[in-house]
Formats: sequence, structure tokens, C-alpha cells
Amino acid sequence: MNDAFDIRGESHIEVHKFRAGAIIIATLFALVIQASFPVQFARAALLDFPLLVTIYFGLSRRNPSTGLLLGMFIGLLQDSLSGPTVPLGLYGIAKTIIGYLASSIGARLDTEHPAARFALTATFFVAHQGLIVLTRRILLAQPEPWFNMHLFVAALVNALVAVFAFLLLDRLRKN
Amino acid sequence: MQVLMLAVQIKRDSEGRLIRVWTVGAVSPFERAGSSSFGWIRAAWRHYFALQNTTKENEQVRRENDALKLQISQLQGKAAEADRLAALLNFRQSHRDVPMIGARVIGTGAGTASLMIQLDRGERDGIRKNMGVITPDGVVGKVVESYPNASQVLLLTDKESGVGAMLADSRIQSPVGGQGEPLLVMKYVPNDDEVNPGERVITSGMDRIFPRDLPVGTVAEVKPGNPFKQIRVKPAANLERLEEVLVLLSLRPLEMKNEERPANAQPSAPSAPGSPPVARR
Repeated sequence: MNDAFDIRGESHIEVHKFRAGAIIIATLFALVIQASFPVQFARAALLDFPLLVTIYFGLSRRNPSTGLLLGMFIGLLQDSLSGPTVPLGLYGIAKTIIGYLASSIGARLDTEHPAARFALTATFFVAHQGLIVLTRRILLAQPEPWFNMHLFVAALVNALVAVFAFLLLDRLRKN
Repeated sequence: MQVLMLAVQIKRDSEGRLIRVWTVGAVSPFERAGSSSFGWIRAAWRHYFALQNTTKENEQVRRENDALKLQISQLQGKAAEADRLAALLNFRQSHRDVPMIGARVIGTGAGTASLMIQLDRGERDGIRKNMGVITPDGVVGKVVESYPNASQVLLLTDKESGVGAMLADSRIQSPVGGQGEPLLVMKYVPNDDEVNPGERVITSGMDRIFPRDLPVGTVAEVKPGNPFKQIRVKPAANLERLEEVLVLLSLRPLEMKNEERPANAQPSAPSAPGSPPVARR
């Protein structure tokens, strides 16, 4: 059986710890990259680095409370950087839920294999966009399409980038 | 003996060909072999032993080549920046009556939920909310938030963005707004009005943010709709690759120096984008 998808008891799953300040620095770096990268490369707007960081630390820390709080923190920072047309809480709500889901799944599955990371990131990306559309439709009364090809492509691209970005983030681990 | 031979050759006008043939015939194989050996050794030296230096030289040349390429790239970047800044300066000088300030784009919105850019100038430079932002190519958007040292600009392509516009030829007025896509839409143009692809769209000045006659874009696609035409407009400014912009430092209605309102201007839409349409004629 593939270890990456091996369902095990929680007690057998390793909880990864990170160097001091690693999570904060990685979060801020992701936000800065997200805000400045598309100025040079317009296509980079397709990527959602703060979401990748939320997913990574959620999957690695495997603590739903930590994942939830980290998702909320990153989401609210992203909201505040997105200008006044994006209400505070739009990304916050979506990333809080994704952080919680990622850490809950990370506590049950071994998610170290690149294929598992690819599949999970693509799924979380689609779920994240779904939550944003849901929030827009229900809370903000803004009509948004549920699905388009752009979302599908963005999910695949983000999942591919995540595989390599997660390898870099692995270096921030203590163990 | 040799003197005798010389005497015979002179007397008989002979060159001693036979002796030469024999000699050459006997020696030439050795010469050929020697030459080949020498050539082989020389080639071996050149292509093997001397390669050590050649490799070093190659590496050095490659490094120099890379450095030169980088330098050329940097110079090209600087030249392009100088061209852009010169265009901004020319634009500013040709519109001296309109107060404006140049600003550099330092970031974008931290997500796909809004199409926004961030500028390196803010309140301290006189930038306020709702000021218009342009490039010499055309309209970019408007300031939606101003901080002491930075400001955020909502691009024309954002869903919540809009500008008072008109068709340059027919002077039909209608707001142009974004859809969250690269192309803009021109709203509220009745099906009766003739609009052709390629027609220029310019600012009408009716939104009280942008002066009249600034380029907004060109009509890319026209389809009949209900009750209005579906007109898609390609922005004049390259909104996906902005590096420097001009902020119009005035919240009062602006007028361009070289403008001349034609008599046949036909208002087809409300003065401000987002307002309900008004019947024309």
C-alpha cells in the first residue's frame, strides 16, 4: 500500500515542528510574493501563495486549532491587502475552513508524498474558491459562477507549484 | 665526385632526374609517415592537452558572455524604462493644465477577488480617494484607498470599476466597465446605434474623474443584445503590465487643454458609471 495514502491511527502520524519564526516568515513572504510577483509576471496572478502556505502548515502541524487560527490570520491579512472592494473576511472565512480541513486531514493521512500533496492542494484550491463564491453569493449577494475552465487550470497549476514549494518549506522543519 | 656530377649536369644540361626520382620515392613514404605522425601529435596536443586551457578559456568566455548578456538585458530594461518615463514626461508636459503626479506600481491585490494595483505614492504626495489614474496610452482606473506612503488603484477591468466614455467617431456616450476579464464592456448602447469593431472609445468627462478625450480602448466585438448592444472593448492601456502611471491630482471636474467638444455629442447613458441608463434622444 502506498504510504502516502495510508490511513493510520493519529498516534502514528508524525507532527512536524518548525524553526522559530518559520511560520510567520513563510506567511509574510507568501503575502509579499502574492502582491508583488504579478507586477513582473502577469500570469503569476493565477497562483495563491497564501493558500499554499495555509495548506502546507495545516497538513504538517496536524492540529485543527492551529490550522484554523493560521488560516484565519493569513486570510485576514490577504483581505486587508486586497483593497477596499474585498470585504475583510472573504478570504478569512475561506482560509479558516481550509486551514481546519487541512490540519484535520493531515492528522489522519500521511501527506508527505508529492502525489498526495498534488491531489490535496488541487482539491483544497477548488474548495477554497467554492467557499469564496458561496460567501459572495450568500453574504454579499454578488452573483459569481461556480465553475469555469480558469478555476480548473488554476487548481492544477497551484497544485503543481505546491509540490515544489512544499519541498522548500520542508527545509524549515526542525526534525 | 660531386664536382664531377656538377660538371656533367652543366655539360649535358641534365637535372639528374633519375636520382631525384629514386630519392624522392625512397624518402617520401617516411616523410608522409613523419608528417602524419607529427600531424597526429600536433592534433592530439591541440585537441587534448591544449584543451585544458581551451576549457578554461571557454569557461571564461562563457562567463564573459553571460555577464554581457545580463548587462545588455539590464541596459535594455533601463532603455525601456527611460522610454516609458519619457512618454510620461511628454504626456505631462502636453497637459500642463491638468495637475498630475507620476507613481510607480509596487504591487497588486493579494488575491484574485479584485483587480487592483498598489502605488508607491500616497496621501503625503497629495493622492486622495477617487482620483483618476492614467498612462499616456489610456485610462487605468481610480484610487480606491490612499495611505500615507502608498495608494491602491482599482483597475478598469475590475467588476466594480467604470468610467464615463463615448465612441470617438459617433460621439455616443455610455459608461464602460470591467467584468473581471481582460476586456471591458460598454453598457447601455441601444441596438439602433451603429457601432463597428475597431472604433476608438474615449473618456466623456461625465464621470467627473477623468478629463474628456483620453483613450479608453477600442471596440473589439459588437453583438446585438436585449435591450442594449453587447460591446466588448479592449483597454488602451496595458493593464496587465503596468510599471509607471500618472495620478490626476484633482477631485474637481477636469478639462483637457486641447479639447473641443463637438456639436454632435450624443449622450446615450448616465453621467456616472453604475447609474441607471437614461433614454437617449
